[in-house]
Amino acid sequence: MVGIRSYGGYIPRYRLDRMKIYQSIGWINQGNIAYARGEKAVANVDEDTLTMAVAAGLDCITGFDRSEMDGVYLASTSFPYKERQNAGIVAGALCLNDNIRSADFGGSLKSGTTALLSAMEAIASKGANNLVVCASESRLGGIGSSQELIFGDGAAAFLVSDKDVIAEYKGSFSLTCDFVDHFRGSNSKFDRQWEDRWIRDIGFDKFIPEAVNGLFNKYGLKIGDFAKVIYPCYYASEHKKLAKTLGVEDGKLQDTMLGQVGEMGTAQPMAMLVKALEEANPGDKLLVVSYGSGCDALWFEVTDNIKKLKGRRGISGHLANKTELDVYEKYLAWRNIIQVDVGLRTEEDVWARWSVDWKNKKAILGFYGTKCLKCGVPQFPPQRICANPQCGAVDQTEPYTFADKGGKIFTFTGDNLTSTMDPPETYGNIDFNGGGRYMMNFTDCTVDSISVGMPVEFSFRIVNYDPKRDLTIYFWKAVPTNKGV
Amino acid sequence: MAEGIRDKVAILGMGCTNFGELWDKSGNDLLVEAFTACLEDAQIEKKEIDACWIGAAMPEFGIGGTSLPCAATLKLPFIPVTRLENACATGSEALRGASYAVASRVCDIALAIGVEKTKDTGYGGLPNMRGGLSGTVGQIIGPNVSAPGMFAQLATAYEAKYKIPMDKIKETIAHISWKSHENGALNPLAHLRRRVTKEQILNAPMISYPLGLFDCCGVSDGAAAAIVTTPEIAKSIKKNQDIVKVKALQIATSSGEESICNEYDGASIWTTSRAAPRAYEEAGIKNPREEISMFEVHDCFSITELSTYEDLQISPRGGGVEDVLNGFFDLKGGGIPCQPDGGLKCFGHPIGASGLRMVYEMYNQLLRRWPEERLVPNPKFGLTHNLGGQPIQNVVSICIVGL
Repeated sequence: MVGIRSYGGYIPRYRLDRMKIYQSIGWINQGNIAYARGEKAVANVDEDTLTMAVAAGLDCITGFDRSEMDGVYLASTSFPYKERQNAGIVAGALCLNDNIRSADFGGSLKSGTTALLSAMEAIASKGANNLVVCASESRLGGIGSSQELIFGDGAAAFLVSDKDVIAEYKGSFSLTCDFVDHFRGSNSKFDRQWEDRWIRDIGFDKFIPEAVNGLFNKYGLKIGDFAKVIYPCYYASEHKKLAKTLGVEDGKLQDTMLGQVGEMGTAQPMAMLVKALEEANPGDKLLVVSYGSGCDALWFEVTDNIKKLKGRRGISGHLANKTELDVYEKYLAWRNIIQVDVGLRTEEDVWARWSVDWKNKKAILGFYGTKCLKCGVPQFPPQRICANPQCGAVDQTEPYTFADKGGKIFTFTGDNLTSTMDPPETYGNIDFNGGGRYMMNFTDCTVDSISVGMPVEFSFRIVNYDPKRDLTIYFWKAVPTNKGV
Repeated sequence: MAEGIRDKVAILGMGCTNFGELWDKSGNDLLVEAFTACLEDAQIEKKEIDACWIGAAMPEFGIGGTSLPCAATLKLPFIPVTRLENACATGSEALRGASYAVASRVCDIALAIGVEKTKDTGYGGLPNMRGGLSGTVGQIIGPNVSAPGMFAQLATAYEAKYKIPMDKIKETIAHISWKSHENGALNPLAHLRRRVTKEQILNAPMISYPLGLFDCCGVSDGAAAAIVTTPEIAKSIKKNQDIVKVKALQIATSSGEESICNEYDGASIWTTSRAAPRAYEEAGIKNPREEISMFEVHDCFSITELSTYEDLQISPRGGGVEDVLNGFFDLKGGGIPCQPDGGLKCFGHPIGASGLRMVYEMYNQLLRRWPEERLVPNPKFGLTHNLGGQPIQNVVSICIVGL
């Protein structure tokens, strides 16, 4: 039996009230009031497609043996790198083995489900046993555009396997059409779209029913077979109208989370599927349709294993963990849509030296330090000579990752001097659970909300962006969890 | 313990420029000024200098790297010149190089000089620290920090360890900065010569929690120099003058334990507490609180000074607060005056020069060269403490001088 063995989700903590955007820039296109409802999820200044994919991936593989993973497929249309495999960075941050397969899936908003299909077919053909599939998106609309209001950031991940599946993959039907409702040239920052009415009437209205009917004809299904029907559509009324067209009964249409998150691109149907699985019961049949340059329609049947899968934050957990982004201009500055003057200090050049990056790849991507084989003290960064003065063993270490250990704040500060797009920059020394200490940046917190002793967990984030060379540098930060204090 | 350096090295002369925002002077100008003043004080000629150690920590903003700019600027006649850097303790390292040369009798007379032009960066404070202490990979895995942020953590750890409310700590470190401004106001060489009230200090903008503007020393331009020789040569040149001698010169460098293992308490500086007993033993000091007459510590931040009182065993652990609030470290407070010249707080911190500037103050106090209002009563031992790095990883130099 091939299917989904586990799921994970990620929605960034910041939510931007759409009315705030409208109040600031709505004058340029007053018709956008139609989209100025609810809030959109906004990646923090140190988050992007890649970091969100890692967060969802970590959520997904929690509790599983990482050495069992045979590969990572990553889908997005908003990759930080055109050349340098994005999935490879995710694999490193998930602490997976080197002898695995990896691929970036992009170009279309349906590439998330295409990645999922590819993984399931690879498992079915015995080419792999466990594949991690992530879809993550952080798309930008131009200032004052409807897309700016509609788009939201988020990610979803699945572990695809032939073992202990929680939802069996039953079949699919795909459509491919060069229907250019949205596009971005390779040098463009912002999404461009054609007229809404055309997208709605010729796009969503035609393609989704065509894909669904194709699937139904292929497998002899009917809409009443399904406990949940999942398809994206950021026109809220059209989403409902399509349900009527398809004959979806009340309560069986999966919510798009448009009012809480926004349209998540490749991650949209994936995140909806995660949400559906969170609430699914054994025997439920799920219909998933993606949309973008055509459609993929997939169907699953939930198994008894669904009851055994615990400890995922999924989409619901992240929906609950939110903070309002107080200022619209912060969003614009963080996404480099407007240039703000952060001061001369920021202009000091920090290079990425790729040969150094390569030599230290385990420490950088997987937060690997060393554990002394003689005295057992975990240490970061990796040490050749044990730092424990009672030990001092030379070259007697094993690799040891801190990424999943968690820790406690030992010292902290909130720094207004250092160059940062989100002052004050919070950082401090963390005592790792299980031993070891390191001074690192904090994120997703404010200085007033943290204290010595507070638990933290670790999150893979952007630590520097080099505009001169257009490269993004990643490492781990501590996220105070506010629990147990 | 080895024999040590006590009474093997005499300070023959010293020079120090005024410190400040010296927009119209280059690092080379400052070298010339500190050197000529030092040479004049030493009453020797340039050709008598056997070797030179030049401290410059960020020469890319100043005189340039290597020993060459210093040698060429001062026209040193083909003698050995070594440029060194050891974080914010760079100036003390220059003194150590020269002193070791004399103590070992390899040189009769040696020059230690330090300079920094920190004000040509274009912004306040020191440049970004990311990766500065951990090499190229540190630019990726090192946190995005500033100097105040690294030291501010002493305060949050101090609060947690001693259960002293942050308000009380803030009041204490405000007194520390207030006291230094009182002293600096009397000193014509100081950068900041303004008295400030404790209210101003407490209400200043936050730089890095919990440190406000007045908890931080500024950066500035400056240079300082010392010419050292043997006590015998010093006595032969300065027959009718007291001779200031090096009593102890100790350096401790973090082993990595504080930043990697879990034993360090975060509320102290381990290098200081290791270098201090070694320095006291070298100088023959049994009870520092009784025997040290005055000291210049590395008050890069007011909280660093508080920790240092305890690390130097002047105040008991957690007892620095009480001593400070009792005025024990004030210039005329009846205890041990700390920062009689105004400290880094009022001088700012031209990195290569600061350690030598501290010794310059002790030297002139011992020779009773200051006006009465600035004089520390009956000094016997003066101590300098020069710290480079961050609380979890640093180098500390402790120098004790006396007659």
